[in-house]
Amino acid sequence: MKNTFGTRTEINNPNSDTVIKVKDLSKSFKLPTDHSNSLKGSIFNLLRGVKGYKKQQVLKGLDFEVKRGDFLGIVGRNGSGKSTLLKILAGVYYPEQGKVTINGNLIPFIELGVGFNPELTGRENVYLNGSLLGFSNKEMDAMYDEIVKFAELEDFMDQKLKNFSSGMQVRLAFSIAIKAKGDILVLDEILAVGDEAFQTKCNQFFNKIKKDKTKTVVLVTHSMENVRQYCNRAILIDNGTIKINGSPKDVANMYSLENAERYSDNKKDRPKTSEFIKDLKVKLLGSKQPNQKDLVELEISYNVLNDTDTFVGLTLWDINRGQAIMNSNSKHKICTGRGKKTITFKTELPEINDSNIRVNVSIRNQDGIILTYFPDEKSPTIALRRDDYKDISNKTTDAILFRRGDFNVKEN
Amino acid sequence: MTKTPVHGRITTMNIPHIFNKKNRVLLSELTKTDFKLRYQGSVLGYLWALLRPLMMFAILYIVFAKLLRFGNDIPHYPVYLLAGTTIWSFFTECTSQGIQAMVVRGDLIRKISFPKYIVVVSATLTAVINMIINLIVVIIFALINGVEPSWTWLLVPFSLIELYALSLGISFLLGAINVKYRDITSIWDVCIQALFYAVPIIYPVSMVASSSVLAARIILLNPIAQTIQDIRHNLITHETITTWNFIDNHFLQFLPILIIIIILISASFYFRKKSKTFAEDV
Repeated sequence: MKNTFGTRTEINNPNSDTVIKVKDLSKSFKLPTDHSNSLKGSIFNLLRGVKGYKKQQVLKGLDFEVKRGDFLGIVGRNGSGKSTLLKILAGVYYPEQGKVTINGNLIPFIELGVGFNPELTGRENVYLNGSLLGFSNKEMDAMYDEIVKFAELEDFMDQKLKNFSSGMQVRLAFSIAIKAKGDILVLDEILAVGDEAFQTKCNQFFNKIKKDKTKTVVLVTHSMENVRQYCNRAILIDNGTIKINGSPKDVANMYSLENAERYSDNKKDRPKTSEFIKDLKVKLLGSKQPNQKDLVELEISYNVLNDTDTFVGLTLWDINRGQAIMNSNSKHKICTGRGKKTITFKTELPEINDSNIRVNVSIRNQDGIILTYFPDEKSPTIALRRDDYKDISNKTTDAILFRRGDFNVKEN
Repeated sequence: MTKTPVHGRITTMNIPHIFNKKNRVLLSELTKTDFKLRYQGSVLGYLWALLRPLMMFAILYIVFAKLLRFGNDIPHYPVYLLAGTTIWSFFTECTSQGIQAMVVRGDLIRKISFPKYIVVVSATLTAVINMIINLIVVIIFALINGVEPSWTWLLVPFSLIELYALSLGISFLLGAINVKYRDITSIWDVCIQALFYAVPIIYPVSMVASSSVLAARIILLNPIAQTIQDIRHNLITHETITTWNFIDNHFLQFLPILIIIIILISASFYFRKKSKTFAEDV
């Protein structure tokens, strides 16, 4: 079999604003089926005419560019190919097809503290890690004090790494990552490290680097909070292709919504359903991504096969916070007897912050006992996205209610 | 546009990049780490670098020189034996560390891009350092034993470089295969055992020659035998039988060196070709 490869070139052209250029990039892996990892297995496979591996296409023709000063977020579910993409950018994997051009000095952090050895001292580990990232000892000398200071480990550097707490180790590794002098930083989900004080420091650092127009950052993350906070651009990768390449807001919303649709919880404790209620349908008539002024409209229809009086129970369930936001029902407009029933429901959601909401619908009899319900995995989901946040810090997503109330300040 | 493709960090062994500054620093850091960690946590520490071959020598000396009475016809036989075992341990350590290097350093290869040959070279350099320490011991023993210093001592480094080139070639070739087929480590262990008896370390070549001259000549065509005998010849006694004084055909005399060159060059090409996918396979 012929091995053809794509290319990855490193250039140094300060006049060009494009620091990363990816063109038609594809990558597949050969996943060995059972025994082909041993010589015996390979020979057997050869004799039987079996290939011995399965080809898995991980990236399918990606195209994008990163400009100098960008803070690009790459998001996607597990196994979507984002880490593979990062490894190709970093030069760890070879592109199978297509062209990758890196303009400038790229420092990859696929993992923090690569090559860290517990038997070496903190200082020795810093220099070893530095040499792996391509820095000379002289360059490391220049960065060393800053790294140690940022990690707040001045008193520990001559101790062996095995005597560091795990938090200290991570702090040291992270400090190398962000104090390393490179043009392009490539980071793989390494933001949530250290205690709260350290987090704040990192936060400040990233806000600073965001404004620095000479530094480019590519960040793979699962945290939409990080994407919204730091990135000026984002890419959503799904199943090896770019689904959206756009503003962090769009990408983060899309990602949250997708996940919300995919993961529906509480499948347990399902009540018994009545066989006399059939064809329950719940349809979302309005937008899937309403803002606080849009009307959320639902149409619920079902068929009653016996003489039961029924009404609709409705819950708006906050998927991320895992709690009900609102319960309501149509008990005051009870449906009598058999036949097809169609009920519509309309509301605005002016009070709450951005949320991913699932609409749970149940059909109950006049005593309030559930006869049937619409399954979670089919229930419509709504991604409420307000457009009246004055700025990003105004938006406290862990709170349910949109900010309200007046402060009255009296100064003497 | 200043377009300078930096292949050095991705493809390996592009000659100008082998010894560029980045790679030199990385090589020395990795070697230092290897050496520091080798004897970490042992009471005698670096002393083991000396003690191990000396102990092996003691065993071989008792069994072969004292019990089986080999080498009665060779002057300074104990030192002659020690030199042989020292060079042999260098070869075995060098190759087994080199072959396993890619797997041992798998975590680095999977996460960072750097020329892969550095991993192999750094693993073998530890063996080189150990060998130099041991060679000093050999020289001290030789002087105690009454060996006269000679100008031919200056030729010893050439033989060592030759053997190192062979070890490196084997490490590149088998190391690259070992990334995918871990059987290589076990197969090489067996090869080492077989080679140990195929090379005149514990027995003198004269013993073989006395029953079959042809067999002795074939033994001496092995590059390992050639280098070990050369080192003994130049360091200990000029009475040592070597490829040069035992084989008359000029082409055959140079065959061991030719074998080494062919192995090193083809292994380097193979390693370079395979190194693109090491990160995925390891």
